[in-house]
Amino acid sequence: MKKSEGSGSECCSTPSPNEQQPCSCSSEKTKEQQPSVLCSTDTVIGNIPKISFKWSWADRWGQIKCRIGSRRDDYKVTPGLYAIGTPDENSDVFVTANYKLTFDILRKHLKGMNAWILALDSKGINVWCAAGKGTFSTEELIKQIKKTNIKNLVKHNKLIVPQLGAVGISAHKVTEKTGFKVIYGPIKSANIKSFVENNYNATEKMRKIEFPLIDRLLLVPVEFFQPWKKFLYLSAFTLLIFGLQPNGIIFSYIFKEGLPIVILGAISIVAGAVLVPALLPILPTRSFAIKGFTIGLITPILALIFSGYIPVLSNVYIIIFCWILYPMISSYIGLQFTGASTFTNMSGVKKELKMGLPIYILCVVLSIILIILFKLSAWRIL
Amino acid sequence: MIYLKNVATLQFFSDKCTSCKMCMKVCPHKVFDIKENKIYITDKDKCMECGACMKNCKFDAITVDTGVGCAEALIRGILTGKEACCDNC
Repeated sequence: MKKSEGSGSECCSTPSPNEQQPCSCSSEKTKEQQPSVLCSTDTVIGNIPKISFKWSWADRWGQIKCRIGSRRDDYKVTPGLYAIGTPDENSDVFVTANYKLTFDILRKHLKGMNAWILALDSKGINVWCAAGKGTFSTEELIKQIKKTNIKNLVKHNKLIVPQLGAVGISAHKVTEKTGFKVIYGPIKSANIKSFVENNYNATEKMRKIEFPLIDRLLLVPVEFFQPWKKFLYLSAFTLLIFGLQPNGIIFSYIFKEGLPIVILGAISIVAGAVLVPALLPILPTRSFAIKGFTIGLITPILALIFSGYIPVLSNVYIIIFCWILYPMISSYIGLQFTGASTFTNMSGVKKELKMGLPIYILCVVLSIILIILFKLSAWRIL
Repeated sequence: MIYLKNVATLQFFSDKCTSCKMCMKVCPHKVFDIKENKIYITDKDKCMECGACMKNCKFDAITVDTGVGCAEALIRGILTGKEACCDNC
């Protein structure tokens, strides 16, 4: 387990929960992150790092980086026990993941409470996903219960596990193996206080996951930045193809013909990655592929509108190309959002793929053929 | 919002059920409800196959095929012939 700073008892032995101030013994030195560690709390089972509910600027910056996908993969806290406020042997134990963003959101919502936090080694992944992947699991919980010796820390036998953790944890098996009783808390840590006040009962609303606009939009940046690397390679290649003329690569063709094609491609990605999540409930049918296809039709329509100004867009091969490839790109990227949505199931995604994949592949092949036909006709070979 | 119709693999065996209500607690989509002390499925199409109910049913009264519901992971699974896993998300 983690080392705690020895000088802990002097500066933050018993601050009241509402006036916690980071003190001189904060240990930000270690590479393993212990967010906003104030000091350690001396307990019967040894020193336990005491943390604050407050977010530092680094915590906020970290959250932003996670949201845009630049730091998601390596944002962890050391698994184990933490103290928030001044917990004792009767205090509640909240189980969570060791994804730092998850951990930070939990401690923020525990403001004013005295509690223990038990962070499982979910490999830096949030509770729900980790539970689905098997790192936030019955085995891991049992392991941490034993490793931390929490039995000797608290008098009761209650562990509060977030409801979405139930995907990976068998409450009855944990009880069987450790004697601890798993109580499923609300989905959102924001509801923990009322859950506790309500005698550890979550209301129906707290148990139901919604997928409102704001939650969908929070997921957009990650969806949005994922396809761009592939897009850059493809764009470079496309520009080259369009620049390629019988007498070499001509720069003006890259701009005149290649660039509009690439820009329309970018629009079709935005349609799939941004408009599908944003307009999810109002796009037609329940199929994400068809939702993506529908909104993807804006790209060939834009091409049609601008064909008066951009000659290449009035070429018959390119017109067909626009109607085939762009809605397909939006459809494909829209379908990816099933992975982030809170209500799609694996059987449904499989069904969509079974029907969609052959169509996607066919569209790509047709698009390539159309570009070849376009080039051949432009070179007057056809 | 509800996903595709008639695809969820959720199965509930009422003969094994003791009405302990654990499934009602863990399901994030209120797929289970209780009437006259008997648990029933409200709407199977609401099921996202997360498997929380199955995992927490002491009496094995629920089965459901669970797995990664992420398209890219499933495509990778199809292409490589391995089980879908989502290490990237």
